[in-house]
Amino acid sequence: MDLHLEHLTLTYPDGESSLTAVDDVDLTVPAGSTTALLGPSGSGKSSLLAVAAGLTAPDHGVVRFGGEQVFTSATPAARATRERLNRIGMVFQSPQLLGSLTALEQLELHAHLRGRRPASVRSRALELLAAVGVADHRHKRPAQLSGGQRQRVAIARALVGRPEVLLVDEPTSALDHERGTQVVELITQLARELGAATLLVSHDASTLTTADRTVRMRDGRIEEPAGTVAA
Amino acid sequence: MFVALRDLKNARGRFVLMSVVIVLITFLVTFLASLTEGLARESTSAVTELPADRLVFSMPAPGDSPAFTASQVTAGVWEEWAQLPGVQTAEPLGVATTRAESAGTTASVTTLGVIPGSALAPQRVTPGTVLLSTGAAEDLRIGTGETVTLGGRELTVAAVADSDASFAHTPAVWTSLEDWQAIGARGADGDEPVATVVALTTSGASDADLAAADNENGTTTLTRADARSAVSSFAGENTSLTTMQAFLLVISALVVGAFFSVWTISRSGEIAVLKALGASTAYLLRDALGQAALLLVGGVALGTGLAAGGAALLPGTVPVALTAGTTLVPAAGLIVLGLLGAGVSVARITGIDPHAALAAR
Ligand SMILES: Nc1ncnc2c1ncn2[C@@H]1O[C@H](COP(=O)(O)OP(=O)(O)OP(=O)(O)O)[C@@H](O)[C@H]1O
Ligand SMILES: [Mg+2]
Repeated sequence: MDLHLEHLTLTYPDGESSLTAVDDVDLTVPAGSTTALLGPSGSGKSSLLAVAAGLTAPDHGVVRFGGEQVFTSATPAARATRERLNRIGMVFQSPQLLGSLTALEQLELHAHLRGRRPASVRSRALELLAAVGVADHRHKRPAQLSGGQRQRVAIARALVGRPEVLLVDEPTSALDHERGTQVVELITQLARELGAATLLVSHDASTLTTADRTVRMRDGRIEEPAGTVAA
Repeated sequence: MFVALRDLKNARGRFVLMSVVIVLITFLVTFLASLTEGLARESTSAVTELPADRLVFSMPAPGDSPAFTASQVTAGVWEEWAQLPGVQTAEPLGVATTRAESAGTTASVTTLGVIPGSALAPQRVTPGTVLLSTGAAEDLRIGTGETVTLGGRELTVAAVADSDASFAHTPAVWTSLEDWQAIGARGADGDEPVATVVALTTSGASDADLAAADNENGTTTLTRADARSAVSSFAGENTSLTTMQAFLLVISALVVGAFFSVWTISRSGEIAVLKALGASTAYLLRDALGQAALLLVGGVALGTGLAAGGAALLPGTVPVALTAGTTLVPAAGLIVLGLLGAGVSVARITGIDPHAALAAR
């Protein structure tokens, strides 16, 4: 299902005035494809992902999945939470794993949140952990993993629920160039297999060779024209 | 409780510490409750075990509360009451704490005077004899056939009854009302025989009937349970011990609340992650409250078990009475109040904004 961001605006209160972190953004990510979002620090990339995930309501604008309006400024938090659980996979800028869960349990948690037995997703979870290269560490807790391993567990976690939309924030920040390129390649490949519309934020354009498209953000706006990286 | 159980395991030290606090508080509350009950029995069992449903007190000074030490009823009064419709029996009962002397020793006892043959005593009593409770027999170290001097009057022990009734922390003995009057009637003016209270068995006498009769006779009628407060030793002890228990219950709720408050704040980052992953507020509250319930039920069960075991090991001289009321009721109270404390603390989960909290993590 395609992801449509339409006229999204997000402002944060900033003392007396307010700060426009996302400024009238229009963006479409086709199902199964990966759009890379590049831009300097503070340009609003994470904020745009937060709005796309329904983590915070936009001031204006609409997030659509296919033809369906999913998040607007009026979406209740409980509804947004439900949509996130059922339709969105998210990788945060830092791994944000839960301290007392093992790598495998981080993935199984998703089933539990959906009211299913954690073991019901075990084989898929193991498959995903193997795909991101941390299958051997499945019984370790976050404190026992390296930064890069944590990030890869977080990527696997985002995919375990077979999301329609995948939102990934800086998956390569804890990895070297080679590993980073591999991870982006893995995400684009998995997104294609799942048919998930994927929006991937990065600092490092050199890792994005496998993305279907790259757009740049500056001061809350998408810069025109959007360049396309050869697939 | 997918996450909560793993948190329990992972932060074992913190939860063990908290459990120990709950165990100790439970131990204290259960022990206090059992002591309260034990002391209450020592103070009032001679009254609460009477085969009567109501007691009539005279009111020497209007406006006072009824008291065994102040009440004095005349034959006229109990005859009046016996004629009241709905009253099946109205019998005089004398209550007086006196000094008792046996060959070997002396002790304080409470002498209960009844009409010979009255059901108010556990066995038949006849003039010139005394019926001992097991406690009195132990304290005086005497048995059937021996003599005991009660308030200067020498009486023969007719039997040791199968009863450990006591009153105002002294063991009970039963005599005929006649003997009792010689021992215990305080300031009997004139020649009218007196007792302390009238014990009623009623059937179908309404409260209004009884109140009307009270008005007419200048008396106050209490149910057997309410009559406990007319025992001065009971009234004082019970109030202070019950207050202590109430304080302990409130303190435990606050301690549990404070613990879960700190715990919830320290894991608000993870709660934000869970919300971002799609955990509903209901799911998170269930998780957190389940964790609190597990801790409380475990700690309270252990504390109650320890208190029950400890009380059973104590020598008989410590008046602790273990009943469902002194173990299960405080345990349930601790769990309910603890959950309330935890509930108030984890309620802040609902206010966590995942976007803001994640940015700060
Ligand atoms: N929760 C918040 N409250 C207030 N201001 C915020 C908040 N989050 C971000 N901002 C501000 O919004 C702007 C955009 O921030 P955002 O995190 O979206 O940038 P970014 O492009 O992801 O940067 P980076 O590459 O460093 O992660 C910044 O100026 C930032 O200071
Ligand atoms: Mg960012």
